[in-house]
Amino acid sequence: MALSAQDLNTGDTYTECLVEDLTRTQIVMYAGASGDYNPIHTDEKFTKEAAGYPSVFAHGMLTMGMTGRMITNYVGDGRLTKYGVRFTSQVWPGDTLNATATVEEVADGLVNLKVETTNQDGVTVLSGYAQARVD
Amino acid sequence: MAVEKFPVEGSHIMMFARSIADDNQIYYDAEHAAATELGKVIAPPTFAQSSAQFDPDYFLRPKIGEDWFGSGKEATGIKRESSGGGGGGGGLHAEQHFEYHRHISPGDVLTGTDKPGKTWEKEGKRSGKLVFTESIIEYRDQHGELVITARSVGVRTERPVDQ
Repeated sequence: MALSAQDLNTGDTYTECLVEDLTRTQIVMYAGASGDYNPIHTDEKFTKEAAGYPSVFAHGMLTMGMTGRMITNYVGDGRLTKYGVRFTSQVWPGDTLNATATVEEVADGLVNLKVETTNQDGVTVLSGYAQARVD
Repeated sequence: MAVEKFPVEGSHIMMFARSIADDNQIYYDAEHAAATELGKVIAPPTFAQSSAQFDPDYFLRPKIGEDWFGSGKEATGIKRESSGGGGGGGGLHAEQHFEYHRHISPGDVLTGTDKPGKTWEKEGKRSGKLVFTESIIEYRDQHGELVITARSVGVRTERPVDQ
């Protein structure tokens, strides 16, 4: 269901838990579907011994994809006109992520949202914006 | 990343939706989708990124008969020194932006043309010198209509990001 402009107010928020205890297998699924097989996401030996990180970590685009799920659940299917993010911290196996959309403006049949995803320690891992058509 | 032919297919959309743990039936079930405002299956908002599957030269996919920088017996299959830390072969993804001119569906056949953007540098506290590179991909459909504009920013770090 799409949102109705008359029901929206600046400052309204919508939150979803994106994932609890992110698994390496979920990251493997994202690698396989997206075609990004960078071993830093799936290959523990390479990532520790050659790349110098403590473990594999998620694709930024996995976090963006899961955050997009929160947004489309809020604004409805096929309603997005813009969606952009910055990846501000890495996401690791075992992380639990929550994402929030905050209404910034409703005008001309469009809603502008601020988007933020945080981990279990309250660290922001993704920050961005989305714009969607509303009824 | 230039892509000459990116056929949008239902099974690929299904696998992609599973990979982002999204069970919205608009991505899976044509009968369900037919009864919605859209009337058909669409792809999730970040699906265009999987055009990498259709880029013959995409450097983050192992190629048959070529060395791969991930591990086998050794930690990396490439003998040369790593070209700077922080991401193995590809650096890290710093930003991603999409503009949707229309939402794509199974049956669409897209092309993606890559336009280089800006490059800039910054000193990072946790990873040394950072070099940012922007690229813009315009996805057009089988009628030549612009459907998605994607702008990505990648970053190469001097060393792995401190944890």
